[in-house]
Amino acid sequence: MSAAAALSVDGLHFSYSGSKEPALCDLSLEIPVGQVTAILGPNGSGKTTLLRVLLGVLRPARGQVLLAGQPRENYSRRQQSRLIGLVPQGEHVPFDYSVLEYVLLGRAPYLSPLEMPGETDRGIALQALDTVGLGHLRERPVPNLSAGERQLVAIARALAQDPAILLLDEPTAHLDLSNQGHLLEIMRALAAKKVTQVFSTHDPNLAVAMADRTVLMRKGRILDAGPTEALLTAERLSATYDTAVHVYRVDGRCLIALR
Amino acid sequence: MRIEKSDDGAGPAPGCDAHAAHASHGFEDALHRHPDAVLILTLVVVLLVSIFLGRYPAPYFLSPARLMHDELAQRLVLTLRLPRIVAACMLGMALAACGSVLQMIFRNPLVDPGFLGVSQGAAFGAALSIIYLGGTPLTLEASAALFAYLGLALSYALARRIRFGGWILRLVLSGIIVSALFSSGVGVLKYMADPLTQLPDIVFWTMGGLWSVGWDDVLYLLPVVLGGLILVYLMRWRLNLLSLDDDTSFSLGAAPGRERALLLLAAVGAAAAVVSVAGIVGWIGLLIPHVARRLRGANAQASLPACMLLGAIFALVCDDLARSLRPGEVPLGILTSLLGALLFLAMMLRGSIRVQR
Repeated sequence: MSAAAALSVDGLHFSYSGSKEPALCDLSLEIPVGQVTAILGPNGSGKTTLLRVLLGVLRPARGQVLLAGQPRENYSRRQQSRLIGLVPQGEHVPFDYSVLEYVLLGRAPYLSPLEMPGETDRGIALQALDTVGLGHLRERPVPNLSAGERQLVAIARALAQDPAILLLDEPTAHLDLSNQGHLLEIMRALAAKKVTQVFSTHDPNLAVAMADRTVLMRKGRILDAGPTEALLTAERLSATYDTAVHVYRVDGRCLIALR
Repeated sequence: MRIEKSDDGAGPAPGCDAHAAHASHGFEDALHRHPDAVLILTLVVVLLVSIFLGRYPAPYFLSPARLMHDELAQRLVLTLRLPRIVAACMLGMALAACGSVLQMIFRNPLVDPGFLGVSQGAAFGAALSIIYLGGTPLTLEASAALFAYLGLALSYALARRIRFGGWILRLVLSGIIVSALFSSGVGVLKYMADPLTQLPDIVFWTMGGLWSVGWDDVLYLLPVVLGGLILVYLMRWRLNLLSLDDDTSFSLGAAPGRERALLLLAAVGAAAAVVSVAGIVGWIGLLIPHVARRLRGANAQASLPACMLLGAIFALVCDDLARSLRPGEVPLGILTSLLGALLFLAMMLRGSIRVQR
């Protein structure tokens, strides 16, 4: 294992209880520190499951997850939550928390179970909101926001957590072009600050736009992994998605479309 | 000041209106500026009024002067009214806090403490004791408490064995199943009961009430209710975290399964204890958390203390009515259901109850 891996998994197997097919099968992979990694694959290929195993909420049946070179068991729950943040896909917020109250929950890893957030936490939460450009919505109830705003608020909450590694599950799902652009800016700014980011997506163009490295998945297995542009050839993508895919070059950048 | 005087001068009627409007505006204003202080003050006032309210020596009001030198009145207040007042406060606080905790943990604003087999379990235990154990207060309470906790434990154990769905869905399902089993059990017991002596007892117990409460009941309730409520109060900010979905709360450092189980045990434990003494008292656990959220917002850091205070005020007012409206006792459960349902309806029509999805 190289010391530069923020997260690495080795020989990972995972099955959901009651399902015959393993969701993840013999996975080995390294997520380099400070880089953006895309987990790319068709629907049902195990991307979200892999993210949940990386987060630690699912325990693999076999194989090991190393966090900064150390077995996960060496860290307490609280230490792990200071290291890894999550931006889930389409989170359902059942109560009318204000945007600020919701973002403040990101401070939980720094508070004991009986502690309430203080002024410092409030300052950090407000700063996180400003980073995603939603400071003006701080008193608005979260369920009243648009899908795009909600996604940005979830990112702000993860930022308030100040994690070294950020996991994003289908971060651009439900976002219009302008919000996608905004999200990419935020992710690039985080990359510039050397925050390790791992996101799942079924859209190869998002991987091209954002990811230094891409991991190609299909049916719970890793097909291939490497630097994004070199990895995403028409043959590999066609085989991954079971459909004819063409890779165009426009202004020196890859553009992937159906043939 | 001068404006008020000129209003008064213009005629008594508009002057009165202005004063009334001013006073009500002042109360709402104070409620929004210092909500907790206003709620505490309201509770204290209701507590004081409750001491002097009742059917002795004459309907409705016992004058403080009479209390000073009427020995019977003093004994009545000390041994009957005071424990009942304390029990009503604990009942309201426990049911309201439990409702709030359940609603947040199950991420469902339409859940109440009767949910996990607790109420039906208690009713079954009470009916069992009335028919087979003579129904003395001690055996009745013990049996109701035992089956209330058994209902909770069964729901929990069953939820762990169901093989599909997330654990919240499983708990909800198993709670429904266990409640249904116990309520059919109550049906069987009612059918077997002596229609002249036992059946009315069972029916009256399931209507809920605090008429039999004495200091010994208060002492039995105190540790369970206080212990549960203190834990819930201390972990109230954490409750927000646990109301998010599992992956998110896990990513924020919570152990969702363990922490939810702990809070459930504390809150439902307190509710089961009061139900074992008071019988089934509905609607407090459903309605009061909504009122508290309306007043203080969704954040449990502010809304949970308000919820406890409001629960105590509501239960105390209902119990005051229960024991002083008529010469006989009006079952508390009927009053809380009536007032609770009406209030809930009014809030729904005003759009104050928000349910996502």
